[in-house]
Amino acid sequence: MKNKYSVFSLIKNALSQHENWQQAWGNPEPKKEYEAIIVGGGGHGLATAYYLAKKHNLKNIAVLEKGWIGGGNTGRNTTIIRSNYLWDASAGLYDHALKLWENLSQELNYNVMFSQRGVMNLAHNLQDVRDLKRRTHANRLNGIDAVWLNTEEVKKFCPIINTSPDIRYPVLGGTLQRRAGTARHDAVAWGYARGASEMGVDIIQNCEVKGIKRNGDRVEGLETTKGFIKTNKIGVVAAGHSSVIANMAGLKLPLESKPLQALVSEPVKPIIDTVVMSNAVHAYVSQSDKGELVIGAGTDSYVSYTQRGSHNIVEETLKAILELYPIFSRMKMLRQWGGIVDICPDASPIISKTNIKGLYFNCGWGTGGFKATPGSGDLFAHTIANDEPHKLNAAFNLNRFVSGDLVDEHGAAAVAH
Amino acid sequence: MFLINCPFCGERDQSEFSSGGEAHIVRPKQPTELSDDEWAEYLFMRKNIKGIQFERWNHVHGCRKWFNIVRDTSNDKILSVYKMGEKPPVNYK
Repeated sequence: MKNKYSVFSLIKNALSQHENWQQAWGNPEPKKEYEAIIVGGGGHGLATAYYLAKKHNLKNIAVLEKGWIGGGNTGRNTTIIRSNYLWDASAGLYDHALKLWENLSQELNYNVMFSQRGVMNLAHNLQDVRDLKRRTHANRLNGIDAVWLNTEEVKKFCPIINTSPDIRYPVLGGTLQRRAGTARHDAVAWGYARGASEMGVDIIQNCEVKGIKRNGDRVEGLETTKGFIKTNKIGVVAAGHSSVIANMAGLKLPLESKPLQALVSEPVKPIIDTVVMSNAVHAYVSQSDKGELVIGAGTDSYVSYTQRGSHNIVEETLKAILELYPIFSRMKMLRQWGGIVDICPDASPIISKTNIKGLYFNCGWGTGGFKATPGSGDLFAHTIANDEPHKLNAAFNLNRFVSGDLVDEHGAAAVAH
Repeated sequence: MFLINCPFCGERDQSEFSSGGEAHIVRPKQPTELSDDEWAEYLFMRKNIKGIQFERWNHVHGCRKWFNIVRDTSNDKILSVYKMGEKPPVNYK
C-alpha cells in the first residue's frame, strides 16, 4: 500500500499539523469502457469492487454513485453486526461476513472500529422464548456462538433494563451473541473506497445511472449523467433504488422500498456497553463511542422514497424504549432521519444473476444489510467474476421466488432486520 | 407522515390507515392453470415505483373500508382518491 497508515505516519503528519495527508481515494472522470461497473457506491458496492480487484484480478472497473460515497444507507444505519440467523443459508452468509469483519481493520489498513460488544435479543412472550431458544440451538449447530439468558442474567448483563414483571411487555429472557457488536459505518465505506482506489478502481461520484443499454439478452453499457459508458458486466447494488434500476432493464423485482428510521440522543457518559434489540416492541439501542444513544425504529408500512418516515413510528419506538429503560426518560434526542430500504417478501437478500446476461443484482437487504457488508461484497464479486454464485449465496438467487425455495427469515424466526 | 382523505370519513391522519400495497393486481381467474412464473409474478413481483403509484389503503382505525389512492412516492403527495371497483383516473400514468 502506497500510503500505509501506521503510528509512524501519524507522528510524521502530526509534526506537519496534519496538512499533508494524501487523498484517500481518487476522483476520476469516467473512461469510455470498463470490464465491469458497479452501480451504487455504498458499503456493499465498494466492497464488491474491492474484492473484484483483489481476489478476481479485475482492474478496469468503476463504481458509479449518484451522490457521494457512503451517503445513502451506509451512513444511515444503526451499525449493528451479528450473525445469529435461524436458517442454514442465512447463518452461512452472515457468519461469513462476521468472520471478515473480525479482520477488516487489518485487511483494509483502516480502523473500522469494529467492537464485539455483544448483541442481546429480548423475549417478551412465550412464543418469543420458544423461537429464540430454537434459534440459539440452530445457531450452535451452525457453529455460531449463542447463549440463552434468563431474566436475572439479562439484568446482570445489562443492568439498566427494567425487568419488572408488571410492565406491558415483560422481559422473559433473551439470547446473546458475544461475537456480535458494532462498527463505524462511514469508516467501512471509506476503507473499502481507499483500498479499491489503490488497486485502480475508478470511484465516480455525482454520476447517476439513467438507462441500461441492452442488445438482445445481454447488457452493453450504461447511460449516465456523465455520458454513455460501455461495459458487459453490470453489478447493481442500489439498495432502495434497486427497482428503479431494474425497470431500466425491463426487469421487475420482488421488492418494496420503505422508509426505515433511526435517531440519536445527546451524548452522555457510558451507560450501555452492548447492543440490545427487541423484536416484539421494535426498539434497538446501543451507545456510540461519542456517547450518543443510537436507536433504531421500524419501517413504515407503505412504499416511499422520501428518506423521512412517519412520526408515529418514532413515537412507538420511544414509548418502548422508555418502558424498557426508564433511566432514559429525560434524554433529549438530537437527530432523526430515514433511509429507504428494499424489502423482499422473505426478508432475505438477493445476490444473483438475472435472465439478462451480464446484469447482476445485489439487493433486498431490507432493514439489516450493514452487518453483511464485507460478506456481501465478497460473494457478489465472486458471482460477477465467475458468472456463477458462490455456494454461500447460491440460495439467495432471484429464481427462488419462482421455485418457492424461500429463505424465510421473517415469519419463521421473528428476526429483526 | 401525511393526511389521507378517506372517501367515507374525510381527511384523517395517515397513522389511522394501513397500506395494502400496489393496486390493480388482479387475482388469477384460473389458479390451477397458472405456471410457476405466473404465480411468482402475481404473488411477489412489484413495480415499486419511484413516482406516481396506484395503491390500496384500508382505514383500519376508522371505517375499516378499503379504497384506492394515487400517490407520488418520491414526495408522498396524494394526487387522487377513488373507491374500490372504480376505474383509476386516466390523467395519471
